[in-house]
Amino acid sequence: MSAAATTTTAGRKDFVSDQDVRWCPGCGDYSILANVQKVMPELGVARENVVFVSGIGCSSRFPYYMNTYGFHTIHGRAPAFATGIKAARPELSVWVVTGDGDGLSIGGNHLLHVIRRNLDLQILLFNNRIYGLTKGQYSPTSREGSKSKSSPQGVIDHPIDPISFALGAGATFVARTIDVDANHIQEMLHRAHAHKGTAFIEILQNCPVYNDAEWEEVENRKTRVEAALPLEDGAPLVWGPKGARRGIRIHDGVPSVVTLADGDDPVAKGVAMHREGHESPAYAFALASLARPKFPLPIGVFRAVEKTTYESLLDHQVTSALAERGKGDLRKLLFAGDTWTVEA
Amino acid sequence: MGQAKKPVEELDHVAIRFAGDSGDGIQLTGTKFTESTALAGNDLSTFPDFPAEIRAPAGSLAGVSGFQIHFASQDIRTPADQPDVLVAFNPAALRANIDDLRPNGMLIVNADAFVAKNIERAGYTEADPLERLRDRFKVVEVPMTSLTREALRESKLGAREADRSKNFFALGLVYWLYGRPVESTLSWMQARFKAEVLEANLRSLKAGIHFGETTELFPVSFFVPKAKIQPGVYRNITGNTALAWGIVAAGVQMERPVFLGAYPITPASDVLHELARYRHFGVKTFQAEDEIAAVSAAIGASYAGHLGICTTSGPGFILKQEAVGLAVMAELPVVIVNIQRAGPSTGMPTKTEQADLLAAMYGRNSESPVPILAAATPGDCFHVMLEAFRIAVRYMTPVIVLSDGYVANSSEPWLIPDPATLPRTQVEYRTDPQGFQPYQRDPETFARPWAVPGTPGLEHRIGGLETEELTGNVSYRPVNHQRMVDQRAEKVARIANELPPVEVNGSPSGQLLVVGWGGTFGAITSAVNEARAEGRDVSSIHLRHLNPFPANLGDVLRRFEKVLVAELNSGQLWRLIRAEYVVPAEKLAKVEGQPFKVREIRTAIERLLGGNG
Repeated sequence: MSAAATTTTAGRKDFVSDQDVRWCPGCGDYSILANVQKVMPELGVARENVVFVSGIGCSSRFPYYMNTYGFHTIHGRAPAFATGIKAARPELSVWVVTGDGDGLSIGGNHLLHVIRRNLDLQILLFNNRIYGLTKGQYSPTSREGSKSKSSPQGVIDHPIDPISFALGAGATFVARTIDVDANHIQEMLHRAHAHKGTAFIEILQNCPVYNDAEWEEVENRKTRVEAALPLEDGAPLVWGPKGARRGIRIHDGVPSVVTLADGDDPVAKGVAMHREGHESPAYAFALASLARPKFPLPIGVFRAVEKTTYESLLDHQVTSALAERGKGDLRKLLFAGDTWTVEA
Repeated sequence: MGQAKKPVEELDHVAIRFAGDSGDGIQLTGTKFTESTALAGNDLSTFPDFPAEIRAPAGSLAGVSGFQIHFASQDIRTPADQPDVLVAFNPAALRANIDDLRPNGMLIVNADAFVAKNIERAGYTEADPLERLRDRFKVVEVPMTSLTREALRESKLGAREADRSKNFFALGLVYWLYGRPVESTLSWMQARFKAEVLEANLRSLKAGIHFGETTELFPVSFFVPKAKIQPGVYRNITGNTALAWGIVAAGVQMERPVFLGAYPITPASDVLHELARYRHFGVKTFQAEDEIAAVSAAIGASYAGHLGICTTSGPGFILKQEAVGLAVMAELPVVIVNIQRAGPSTGMPTKTEQADLLAAMYGRNSESPVPILAAATPGDCFHVMLEAFRIAVRYMTPVIVLSDGYVANSSEPWLIPDPATLPRTQVEYRTDPQGFQPYQRDPETFARPWAVPGTPGLEHRIGGLETEELTGNVSYRPVNHQRMVDQRAEKVARIANELPPVEVNGSPSGQLLVVGWGGTFGAITSAVNEARAEGRDVSSIHLRHLNPFPANLGDVLRRFEKVLVAELNSGQLWRLIRAEYVVPAEKLAKVEGQPFKVREIRTAIERLLGGNG
């Protein structure tokens, strides 16, 4: 491979492709794209070693706008294409961009298995709780009862929570961020890239056309303080404005709200301390069950643990086979075992 | 061997079928007999025929497993229409196979298994089903179970375990009957079994041989001299092994790592098993979560510069079609192997068929041309894989290879190719950023450049949306779409420019041409050669390339008064040939899950020649 010669990249502009961006005005995808382009040069990865892979849907147009290698594949299968790319070429920095329909409906199986195998790649799941590109049908994350073109009387499916899904698949890194929160997205992208293994980020994203204001409470800075629970490793699960601070207590895996007075020590009041590195995912599952309106929505890293990656184990098998058996010799293979000679 | 030697009779060829419960070790017995026969220097052809159920109820018709081997002192191409010898381990095996045994053939049965319960379970109404067979066949009743028990009297194995050695007793007996060398089987047993079981199997095998030497049931033994075939070093090989080795060889010859994506499916899983053992060749195998992920990962690996491949069978092949369409659009090299089985739907997973040709040709949405190749024999699978990768990489296109259950599981002596003589295909990635356009076509092949991630200055985007000529950017322009559809078709059509012309077996022109493809090669060639030997004006061609067809195919077809397309489907190549060349071809179509018998093709030839050939 020619990865030895690298391109020096100066800044965001180097990651902007020459294609016109064709999302609807006001789409949350614009902010996500700008932040990814901003973070890319900060990661220290040469542009030619970056590959964006996507499936089908609004979010999946993403690779066309990145001046890196990009592969816009078929509906739901991006994790499988990415698996082939990463398993073949572990030195590449592989990013999967998907949505709630692409990743959790048609592609649920692949998302499950890429996470389970723990390939070292980043998955950005844009969750707008609607099918945008097909013009407004409900998605697997749509709230029960929500009305859409395909659910005029309200959705009767029980929705799936992307964070719980990733945790259930054994994810080693799981985070949630918000389309409009530039600083937080950037921090999560850095964390995801630094993580060795599959890094899954749910990005709450607004669809102004078919599901506007779905995440208004956490997107709006004024209401965010009330509606969002910021996750910080080693800090207690506390949120709320001054004078109305509350904490989350987790007992027997069941979360509850603890009201805090000024000067209270949250830990002494039974508030849980956030730890990303719990060996068991039970704690992260409890966090993932926090949902509006009863609870604040956790934003940040739910879980970050170390586990061997698929491609490193595969490469290890190749190198150990080479060490044990030597480089494969075709002649030896073809002539091994029982053979006989027919004389002229 | 205290007794006087029995007389030995020389034969040109013999076909033996072993049949018993799927738990009786029939496939193993057949395989060992085949290996021994190969080492004896005979030409051979095998046909394993087994149920999909791993262990159907013992003694039931549904559970009967069979293995036929035809071996000869001359060149042969089929497992034979009718076995000369049937070894039946129980009444069900007898009932399921007796109609195939040639008149006056030898029927060897395990007499111990012919008890009332088994006879009834096999569906016989009479008390002794052998009675009415004694006039028609040479029936040899050998109490295999009790003789095996007797041989293992001193073994510590329980009766049930000891009984499982009876297939080695039967193997020993037929080894003696046809003078097969036993050494390779002995050394295989030493490596495979341990302790008591090894001891029991060795004793049973030897007891079988000894029984043959001493019993009066067999007054003579037989001898089939070595075959006079092309000189060289041979080995016995199954289609699936040859296919797997062809994939390994493609990686070696192209100096590129291989990436196999596969999901377990009968009868293709053997290829995954085999390739998983060759990490030291740089082969990466990926057992995917499903058929779609398997092909997607293979395409991903191809995109990243590896030789991507996936192996599957009918139902899995259909699941892959959307991704194959993406590879058509993205113009990436990937090989998709479909080891066809009887369908539709789950069909008969262990039975053979050739009914996915039109699915390969037209089974994707829209205009989606893909080159298609088919393997004719087990050994041919090796060479077809090299050719498939050559086309994939040279033309930057997905390539479909069609094998079938019969080719996959049957075996033949294979003239081992010298690796130094194998074709080498130069694989080049684009590295020069100067003037790079992702969809700039090679003027000769129409291939676009293979620009793999990691190459500075070639960053670009590809995908399933219609691409603009040259730039590869998304385009909805009407004229561009027409042009790109035309270019993708033209690219595949151009492959014909460098294909070898079709060679006619027989005369270059005449009354009748039989056309075949894939695993029917042996039966068609044998039937045509037999008919020619009897003075019939008939020739045959066998197509390896089904899309595009070789350039001279139309000329060849038109030189014959009549054309017969013989295939194991309802007439798929027949349709393509009539549509493409507008010749009044007739068809011989069969979908029984079984390969053609030579006589079926002979009958069709006689019908078309009107008996005055």
